Amino acid sequence: MTNPVVIVGASMGGLRAAETLRKTGYAGELIVIGDEPHAPYNRPPLSKEVLAEHVDHAAVAFPLGEILDDVQWILGDAVVATNLDHHTITLASGRVVDYGTLIIATGLRPRRLDELGRPATGVHAIRTLDDAMALRAELNPGARVVVYGAGFIGCETAATATKLGATVTVVGKGEVPMLRPLGRQLAEDIQRRHEAHGVTFLNNTRIVRILGDDHLTGVELDNGQTLECDVLIEAVGSLPNVEFLEGNDIDIESGIHVNDTLHALHANGEPWANVYAIGDVARFPIPQFDPKTRRVEHWNIPTEMARKVGRQIALEHGDDAEAHAAEMAKEFTPIPSFWSDQFEVSLLAYGLLDQGEDVRLLEGEVGGDCLYGYYRDGKMVGVCGIGMRQKVMSYRNKVGLNFEPE
Amino acid sequence: MTLKIHVDMEKCQHYGQCVFDAPTVFRLNEDDKLEYESTADDSERDNIQLAIDICPMQAIKFVE
Ligand SMILES: Cc1cc2nc3c(=O)[nH]c(=O)nc-3n(C[C@H](O)[C@H](O)[C@H](O)COP(=O)(O)OP(=O)(O)OC[C@H]3O[C@@H](n4cnc5c(N)ncnc54)[C@H](O)[C@@H]3O)c2cc1C
Ligand code: SF4
Repeated sequence: MTNPVVIVGASMGGLRAAETLRKTGYAGELIVIGDEPHAPYNRPPLSKEVLAEHVDHAAVAFPLGEILDDVQWILGDAVVATNLDHHTITLASGRVVDYGTLIIATGLRPRRLDELGRPATGVHAIRTLDDAMALRAELNPGARVVVYGAGFIGCETAATATKLGATVTVVGKGEVPMLRPLGRQLAEDIQRRHEAHGVTFLNNTRIVRILGDDHLTGVELDNGQTLECDVLIEAVGSLPNVEFLEGNDIDIESGIHVNDTLHALHANGEPWANVYAIGDVARFPIPQFDPKTRRVEHWNIPTEMARKVGRQIALEHGDDAEAHAAEMAKEFTPIPSFWSDQFEVSLLAYGLLDQGEDVRLLEGEVGGDCLYGYYRDGKMVGVCGIGMRQKVMSYRNKVGLNFEPE
Repeated sequence: MTLKIHVDMEKCQHYGQCVFDAPTVFRLNEDDKLEYESTADDSERDNIQLAIDICPMQAIKFVE
């Protein structure tokens, strides 16, 4: 195999895949392509401390070890088309790159609401460093900020903007913020803690129009009310970056569908031998839960997928067929883990909370430190706590549907 | 060879992710705060590297 390994997406997933390939002995040509102008950086701080303090690339850049010295980086150039049959990808600049093996780590982008109106300035989303820098410049003390979308990123951003002295209203279509993942009791508890800091929540509410020509002046709600504001942050969910794969026989419905070895699949479910997808863009099975596939937008997932794919490919290029077969056979059973910081609330969770049908307060109390278990069919599928870190951690290896209770 | 480890406690948010990868080096104390060994045997290198990669705050480093 002489053709290079090409990684599309120069963020955490792409970076960890490149590192693992080199560490596991792949010495051949390695190209990483990213549409952002920046070398890989850490995204979670963008809605948290970086937004609050000082936003620049150095504050969030991942260290690039010597092991990556002979990686070819193509940054600031997007992949716009692929031909999986001919093993080529085409970049926005017109450049065409041949690959032997393709790893796709293109992540997500925020869903935008242009159809509701688009003033020239004042409307933001947060996914990239450039997004966070642009938003930071407008989050001044006294600014009237509307956050649309009451998920984790929306609520974190609301907390950060409040700390910066802005007056913040969160507009969400659900009955309570973060209801689906967290469950009602914990979600209501966190809403109250936000309110104690001065955040206003308009639940069960939608924005129907975004007002202003040059600069944003306000938003019109579905109850007829108009909210005047200086800044609007759209945090209404994400879309997978898969358009450059259109026209190929590949399943990209709601993310790139991959199998248990993280190979991308044809429409008929057969794997592409040399195409993988990892990270936020991948829709994959987590066998200890159920046979379904899902995207999991948590930070530990890109790294775990990148390591598996990197090892598989490096060993495939090596001369130890047995080691390769063993790696291919190794079950991929990552435990989704996430955290979220909103004011003094610091959540830590493991598992798939949204699979829980029955949510129980296991320890602690509403309003204080607490630990919730998320159950389905009597089995724990997730655990989430405010504080109580060691206790939350002690449940980490016990979440899933296939585990027999001890 | 002995490895030297440093955690930037200004950055660390005590998420404890490192504890799973290198439990002999990192642990949370009774107050849920990170405690760690500042030196470790070379045999722990890979585990510590895993912890470095997975730390959400990118707070852990090997010291040369
Ligand atoms: C503001 C924010 C806060 C978050 N907070 C948390 C948190 O607290 N806890 C947690 O667990 N997770 C959090 N996450 C999620 C976490 O950051 C993601 O899971 C992680 O970044 C996914 O990594 P990835 O490499 O799969 O994709 P991404 O980081 O999205 O990287 C994909 C890269 O590919 C590039 N790309 C896309 N299309 C193309 C193309 N056609 N050609 C070339 N390049 C392309 C993109 O521009 C991007 O640079 C947060 C995310 C955001 C945005
Ligand atoms: S993973 Fe990082 S942030 Fe978490 S406890 Fe360890 S060093 Fe601190």
